[in-house]
Amino acid sequence: MPIHEKSLIRPENLSTHEHLVIDGVDVSGDWSTFIRSRVVTDYNEDLQDEIAAMPGGEYIHRCWQCGSCTNSCTVNAENPDFNPRYWIYLIRMGMESELVRDKDIIWQCVSCNKCTSACPRDVVPEGVMKATAHWLELKGYTEPSNSTVFDEIFTEQVVERGKIEDGEVLMEFLQKTGQPLTQDWLVQMVKQMVAGFSIPTLLKMGWNTVFKPRTSDWSKARDAIREHIEEEEAARHRALGLDPAE
Amino acid sequence: MTDTIDDRKQRYKKVAYYPGCALEGSAQPYDISTRAVGKHLGLQLEDVKDWNCCGAMEVKNVDPEIQTYLSSRVMSQAKNKNGTDVVMAPCNGCYHNLKKAEYDIANKPKSKETVEKISAKAGHEAYHEGEVETIHALDWIKWGYGEEELRAKIKGGLKGLKVANYYGCMYTRPRHIFPEKGLGGDSESLTKPHYMDDLLAVAGAENVDFPLKTACCGGAHSLSDSDMSTKLVLNILEAAEAAGAEVIATECPTCHSGLEMHQIRALKRLSKDTNVKVVYFTQLLGLAMGMSPRKLGIHANVSKSIPLLKERGIA
Repeated sequence: MPIHEKSLIRPENLSTHEHLVIDGVDVSGDWSTFIRSRVVTDYNEDLQDEIAAMPGGEYIHRCWQCGSCTNSCTVNAENPDFNPRYWIYLIRMGMESELVRDKDIIWQCVSCNKCTSACPRDVVPEGVMKATAHWLELKGYTEPSNSTVFDEIFTEQVVERGKIEDGEVLMEFLQKTGQPLTQDWLVQMVKQMVAGFSIPTLLKMGWNTVFKPRTSDWSKARDAIREHIEEEEAARHRALGLDPAE
Repeated sequence: MTDTIDDRKQRYKKVAYYPGCALEGSAQPYDISTRAVGKHLGLQLEDVKDWNCCGAMEVKNVDPEIQTYLSSRVMSQAKNKNGTDVVMAPCNGCYHNLKKAEYDIANKPKSKETVEKISAKAGHEAYHEGEVETIHALDWIKWGYGEEELRAKIKGGLKGLKVANYYGCMYTRPRHIFPEKGLGGDSESLTKPHYMDDLLAVAGAENVDFPLKTACCGGAHSLSDSDMSTKLVLNILEAAEAAGAEVIATECPTCHSGLEMHQIRALKRLSKDTNVKVVYFTQLLGLAMGMSPRKLGIHANVSKSIPLLKERGIA
């Protein structure tokens, strides 16, 4: 594999010798550092197709590796290991084990869509990030991320009632991810929130908590949405060669 | 477009209003101030009948076509139940998703097919491309009322209050879904949006030169990756303060609550204290027109701006 970015050379693949003589020539000092050659044998030739079968991943084949996505990326600016261009490269090459090394950060895409706006090939890198995170979970490489847990709680409420009640989403999320409600910053926020509420606002919030907001005449839409989601989920399992019932 | 400024003004005078879930929940101050300012200016709002959630930033990760359907249903309701051809959404998320559904239905056969299939099963008219124009609250006031007309309504004004205008991600990105933006002239810019700056300048604010207008607050992961969101929000707060802003004006409930929430979290977790206040642009416009802070829901903001606004003689 050509060296694309020096920062991608992992420390364990660098080899430095104190005293090294090769063919009678002393190569000690700066010349004694080598990059160990690697042999990749576990290509997954279907990797690109598998990602393309996940929602958001369908345009990955368009990528030209220009790097506009990584260059514009919000998360990359905070964590240089978050590198959409590189992951798209690995996926297109079929280098599954390399990709899986970053399994715990890929879900962190914040969907700011800077990449999708910058991409000259309309790859929709934001969608590819979501597709890859989804793929990692379906393949069993990671547990559902916090983001997935949140998405599912939210979607379930929308599908069930047509609307969400944001307080309920928050509570359910904190509960499911084992986070205490008594975190200092949450308590402070609620205090500041309640302090300025007028009686009508408080009443409306109380009303919403008891009588959940819902869209009237929603049941037929709900059934049709559920049916569609199940069909699509089964299709994705098939695309990855997994049991659709799982 | 053959649309003149007057045509547009006429069309935006009465629009279907899509508040969305956030404005009925944690972002009530934005809803209260939007309705109050509309009423004050004589712009008519009629709520979209039996609206549903647009899918926000979450449903698309479970199934993108369902998100398209949800947003299309809102436009179908506006068209067929309200009998209007303009929907106004003050929430960037709602606004973005309706625009995205419009784009996907026009450009992706699978989206169009799914929308038609589910709409038929749900028993309502499917939405067809071009039936409804989705606009933001900024468009509504800028074009439906007009800057010059607004100038005549200013009473007291914002007295040179230093404002950083923060638009977030979903008002301009991705570019594909906003074909009307970035065309030069009086169209909105995709990289340096200015409609909020324009309105607040008319209201007497001094807009600071703020480089992070369209930076991301991490709103999609506000709770699921709080440490990242706190860092991103802190960047925005610190950049606003460095630019000399006393207030950050917002036009999105997710950005607004993200800034408020992570301003507190940055103090508690990183001991980073920032003092810039977060206020909805509709609240600032209302104050500039002499409306009372209570009527604009300013007391209900988590970010406590009343002392500053009083001190500056604005509230």
